[in-house]
Amino acid sequence: MIEHNPDRTTDNWPEIRAASAAALPEDIVAFIEKVRQGPHPESQLIGVLHRVQAHFGYLAEEQLDAVAQLLQVPTAKVTGVATFYHFFRLEARGRFGISVCMGTACYVKGADRIAARLREELGIELGQTTTDGLFSLEQTRCLGTCGLAPVVMINDRIHGQVKPDDVPALLRRCQELAGKDRADQPRK
Amino acid sequence: MASGVMDNYQTLFDRAEQALAERHYADKIRIQVGSATCEDAAGARDVYDEFRKHIEASGRTDIALRSTGCTGRCSREPIVGVLLPGQPAIKYEQVDRDKVHRIFTEHVQAGTPVYEHILDNKAETLQRHDFLFCAGLRCGPKRGLDYRKLFEDKLRAAGVSERHARVLPANCFGLCGLGEVGKGAHILVRPGRLIYRVRTEDDLDRIIAEHVEQGRIVHDLLVTDSTISQRFFEIYGDIGFFHRQTRIALRNSGIIDPESLDEYLHYEGFRPLAEVLDRGDAQWIIDQVTASNLRGRGGGGYPTGLKWANAASQTDPVKYIICNADEGDPGAFMDRSMLEGDPFSILEGMIIGAFAIGATQGFLYIRAEYPLAIRRIEQAIEQARAANLLGESILGSGFSFDLEVRLGAGAFVCGEETALIHSIEGERGQPRIRPPYPSVSGLWGKPTVINNVETWANIPVVLGYGPDWFRQIGTAKSGGTKVFALAGKVEHTGLVEVPMGATLREVVFDIGGGVPGGKQLKAVQTGGPAGGVIPADMIDLEVDFDTLAQVGSIMGSGGMIVMDEDDCMVDIAKFYLTFSQDESCGKCTPCREGTTRMLEIFDRITTGRGVPADIDKLERLASLIRKSSLCGLGRAAPNPILSTLRHFRQEYEAHVVDKSCPARKCTALIRYEISPEKCVGCSACARNCPVTCIDGKPRQTYVIDQSRCIKCGRCFEVCRFDAVNRL
Amino acid sequence: MSDTKTKTITLTIDGQRISVPEGTTVMDAAERIGVQIPRLCYHPDLSLAGSCRVCIVEVKDMNQYMASCSVPVWEDMEVQTNSPQIRQARRDIVELLLDNHPMDCQTCERDGHCELQNLAYWMGVRERLFEGERKQFEFEASSRSVIRDSNKCVLCGRCVRVCAEVQGVFNLSQQGRGFTTVVTPAHGRKMDNSVCIQCGQCINVCPTAAFLEQDSTEKVWAALADPELHVVVQTAPAIRATIGEGFLMPPGTPETGKLVTALRRLGFDGVFNTNFGADLTIVEEAHELLGRVQAGGPLPILTSCSPGWINFMEKFYPSLIPNASSCRSPMSMLSVLLKTYYAQKAGIDPRKIFVVSVMPCVAKKFEAGRPEHASDDGVPYTDAVLTTRELIWMIKAYGIDFASLPDDTYDSPLGLSTGAGDIFGTTGGVMEATLRTATEWVTGQRVDRIEFTEVRAVEGLRETQIKLGDKTLNIAVANGLENAKTVLDQIVAGTKQFHAVEIMACPGGCIGGGGQPYPPPNMKVLDPELLALRAKALYAIDRGNQIRRSHENPSVQALYRDFLGEPGSEKAHELLHTTYRPRKPRGIR
Repeated sequence: MIEHNPDRTTDNWPEIRAASAAALPEDIVAFIEKVRQGPHPESQLIGVLHRVQAHFGYLAEEQLDAVAQLLQVPTAKVTGVATFYHFFRLEARGRFGISVCMGTACYVKGADRIAARLREELGIELGQTTTDGLFSLEQTRCLGTCGLAPVVMINDRIHGQVKPDDVPALLRRCQELAGKDRADQPRK
Repeated sequence: MASGVMDNYQTLFDRAEQALAERHYADKIRIQVGSATCEDAAGARDVYDEFRKHIEASGRTDIALRSTGCTGRCSREPIVGVLLPGQPAIKYEQVDRDKVHRIFTEHVQAGTPVYEHILDNKAETLQRHDFLFCAGLRCGPKRGLDYRKLFEDKLRAAGVSERHARVLPANCFGLCGLGEVGKGAHILVRPGRLIYRVRTEDDLDRIIAEHVEQGRIVHDLLVTDSTISQRFFEIYGDIGFFHRQTRIALRNSGIIDPESLDEYLHYEGFRPLAEVLDRGDAQWIIDQVTASNLRGRGGGGYPTGLKWANAASQTDPVKYIICNADEGDPGAFMDRSMLEGDPFSILEGMIIGAFAIGATQGFLYIRAEYPLAIRRIEQAIEQARAANLLGESILGSGFSFDLEVRLGAGAFVCGEETALIHSIEGERGQPRIRPPYPSVSGLWGKPTVINNVETWANIPVVLGYGPDWFRQIGTAKSGGTKVFALAGKVEHTGLVEVPMGATLREVVFDIGGGVPGGKQLKAVQTGGPAGGVIPADMIDLEVDFDTLAQVGSIMGSGGMIVMDEDDCMVDIAKFYLTFSQDESCGKCTPCREGTTRMLEIFDRITTGRGVPADIDKLERLASLIRKSSLCGLGRAAPNPILSTLRHFRQEYEAHVVDKSCPARKCTALIRYEISPEKCVGCSACARNCPVTCIDGKPRQTYVIDQSRCIKCGRCFEVCRFDAVNRL
Repeated sequence: MSDTKTKTITLTIDGQRISVPEGTTVMDAAERIGVQIPRLCYHPDLSLAGSCRVCIVEVKDMNQYMASCSVPVWEDMEVQTNSPQIRQARRDIVELLLDNHPMDCQTCERDGHCELQNLAYWMGVRERLFEGERKQFEFEASSRSVIRDSNKCVLCGRCVRVCAEVQGVFNLSQQGRGFTTVVTPAHGRKMDNSVCIQCGQCINVCPTAAFLEQDSTEKVWAALADPELHVVVQTAPAIRATIGEGFLMPPGTPETGKLVTALRRLGFDGVFNTNFGADLTIVEEAHELLGRVQAGGPLPILTSCSPGWINFMEKFYPSLIPNASSCRSPMSMLSVLLKTYYAQKAGIDPRKIFVVSVMPCVAKKFEAGRPEHASDDGVPYTDAVLTTRELIWMIKAYGIDFASLPDDTYDSPLGLSTGAGDIFGTTGGVMEATLRTATEWVTGQRVDRIEFTEVRAVEGLRETQIKLGDKTLNIAVANGLENAKTVLDQIVAGTKQFHAVEIMACPGGCIGGGGQPYPPPNMKVLDPELLALRAKALYAIDRGNQIRRSHENPSVQALYRDFLGEPGSEKAHELLHTTYRPRKPRGIR
């Protein structure tokens, strides 16, 4: 009978596990642990990344590493997946994420001119965030609301039949909201 | 064991009927507010809240407010339906808070519809009779008597003017029984949405004599056996946009509450499932589906029955069913509408499919950009589970099956089935080589059937109404209908469901209302980035999988974009190529590298730097990518280029040789000039120019400094005197 | 697998009717009629990708070209491998790859060994039709072993596949998508901040120069030119079996004598034999094994010669660190002795000795830089590590006509080795050598048996039991870390009990190392036939050796007598043993 050394002081898994769990909210850790009990846990990677992005707004390296460790999916694969899908953001987005739909219907109805106007008003290019952190400008694939083309999505709200001249008003409304947030803050 | 299935279904059905009766069905006033991504974007949530407040304020308890999916009448949203007991349904369009108040006080409270806001009712004269003759492709005028022509002749002979009675073609109503095809005709009469069935010339004479001249209904010619198309009108009201459509896949969208299993059950939902489980014969189901000529609605048009038979013949005990709801075509949203508006149909189709091939687990792969669709499907799954329509021994049949939602994450290529499988497996969504096909080795190497949303939604209908009924709607090779997402330069944008074989003209002009603003139709694009453009002179093309392929396009998932004279075909091809290049997964060389090189050539051509050899290079690369890419998406990526080259080569040549853009779309090839004759010196252009390159004094002619102009077109837009010319 | 069960398919390729077993791919079928269809991403020992599309063929009635690597034949299939259309398509595909590739062939390390270059030449890409934007990635040379130039990557995915499928490391993945896809470690990080275990298999399978070893030749040339330095070299067991391949000799030709001569011509002041270190390792490790068996653990003992495996253990299986043999690798043992024992004997200031080792391995470059393998003042015992490939370049650069060189022998005393040391370079070699020594020590009598063929794990993984007198040892031998995982997981889970486990990171052992010559055109890296030929060369050397048991090496015996004392003595421990520690980022198994 071979005796195995029971003292595995060189095992850094408890430390890695604790650090990974600390990087994620409890419900996501619990979700990962749940799916680890079921079949094909690795197949839940995209679902987990969705949850992480919903919580943090984007996928930071720390969280991606934590997901890899807890789900036991190679980190290179986790980041390979995170960078493959355009829905996932690897950087923080502004307070207002503005997405111009570049679906065909929107395009033929002038979405490119709306995007141009937004770039002009905000002074940023697609994929960038304003220096005050208020606005991020993106283009998105068809949002499936072609009947209302052209559409612009600000955070989760879709604005239909937008004209270039509507852009300043849309931005102003966001700025007002942000101003209200700031005004609310000191009272908390 | 299976003998209890129908009993269990009946119990479920009775319980649903009772619940509905208790809630509102019999005698309550019903207000339906559209609730879908598009409706919400148009302000439906505010409308819903406003109605809720009105109802609360009124203190009435006999008004039921509920949500429903969207019907695809997008440009008129938000849409609100009001159903007063015993009265025809009325739908209102573009409702806002103010209209809510009027609708509530005048119609709901006082019983008088607010006519000017009724959906699509603007130009309708209520005195006139519209006779819409069914015109299924394989019956009607093409077989036997041309009843429509005959009726027109008779009306003229009877001296009835067109202002009094109008004769129009409609699509198949799906009303013919087996063996009746071509032996008569059906006429939808408006107002009143009555349907007559005529079998002889005499019947037509009677309709003219009684209905047209005396305003009496010819009762013995009325169709009374209910079909799904008919039911649609009953609940949706008398709306012109829909009369030429055949609502099968969209039969429930916009008319039932998508969050209510009870309502789905009420409209015959899950009866086909119960019946097939009761019969317990998987092969019989596959035979039915095969006989229906149902072909995959995701774009490829592969016969669904054949796919199922392949998977069913595999001996592996573990099999999977997948619903492809990764609707990624820019300009297509029929899947979203069905997911949001009628989730139970999709589930029912999938459960039936699972039983047919012997799968125990299924997945719905939905794109993350559709949060409402995801929520609706998840709710539907929960309710179905609670009702034992999913889970262990469904309806006591001994057949167990469950469903799980998996999310896409913004990759067009995941609409390709092997890429979709990789994505469900948690991988980068890259396609793999086929064979083996998923029906042999799919998800986790197991036999897997993947069909798209619309295909699944058709399954309960195929089984509920029978394959013969389904097959006779449509063309010889392709049964049933197709839903198109009609958008672009067309009067009525929205979802249009027509039988396979309907012509482009019917869709674009008869239903879509043609091109707005008096512009000329230039082309219709179908199939999204994998499809092609069909020039205006092919407007009478009968649309199905094969005819579209013949003219260099594809059915795709059903996007249909109408383009007018202002659209540059080179620019459109570049638009789709930009999409394909951006969405290329990067796996295979021709697509990854080739689309980039083609895009570079397009950049040259659209900015006046093109040379004639560039057109040859485009063709060479396009043919390379089409023939040697790994997956179907790569192979289809050059289609927009090849089809525009085929039909609009002269536009390419104009860009390359003359350095001009005939549609005046490509900014580098156009310039703006102010006409001294028309300019009144109002200064609007100068004030709006973002680069202040327009000079002049008020009340004198303004001039554009061409060297600084960025060709943004602001001056062109703001000039109220047509003085700015785009050259 | 009887023939009656396999259906035969008859098809036509380029007009020739042939019959092949069902399931044969078009590519393999074409080879039977002597047509080797051009290919790039395909590798027989990796999973199918079908992504480069170079191997497309035309099949009658199919409206698209098919990738011959992945399409199985069907009855009456009509294949054309070389229609004008196919030739143009194949040429255009290769041009598209070339259009997104730096134009620096003449200065590229892979010049002459580049599969893309060969394809471009063969396909007749003489003009560029589609040139445009090119990828612009940063050159990445952070690692002591493996450097990365993504601009040369053609995205064939072989490196990703070898790293995940053969090595089980999964350090590499495609990141991003479409035109901007790039192969990198997680987060696009540098190789030295990744789970890379530096085995260098990515270099071996890369068709271009997207992966290369960190170049040490300049450093060695400089040392050789420095009159102050006493430059000595040692060569690993596997070098002699593969060096000839660099000079167009058929694989499996042992060239020990020419190798030594070439090194002397290059100007090395002493030419020593890592095999001596191997013998020494066996003596120490067998001693360690017996000690652990007597003490009851920790068992199993895990061999520690393969630096790729040691890196893997520290990142992926840190809990098994106590099990690893504390012996330094043969290279590091010999380097230590060169700067102590040899320096002392030859009367040379160890600080003036520059130790170069020629290894079949790129991970040795990392090992040489470990602080554990440096003297107290921080000077590494091994000053430079050359791969077999680098040595070949140096010999060629010098202009030495390798094939016509006379034979020479290693310097003593650190040049003499036994057959046991010779076979270290192939899978099972360390275990077999250990058994040759341990058998006698355990049974206390001379045992005639020398060859333990049952531990030669040519298939990648082998478990066996060896009776030593009244004791039975449970043995496992693995090469290729994906194979090793099987055993290691069993050890971690406690489901299997072994006494000794030999692990070599690279397929086939060191003969398949990441620093070995690029294979001849008719063979592929990882090709079992190639590995078998190289192994055969080592076994031939073993059988030709008078002494075949490590502990019988007279130089080893003298070393203990004169310098170290007993095996496992305090001095032996101080000089010949090392320590390991867990490393981050932690790998995910």
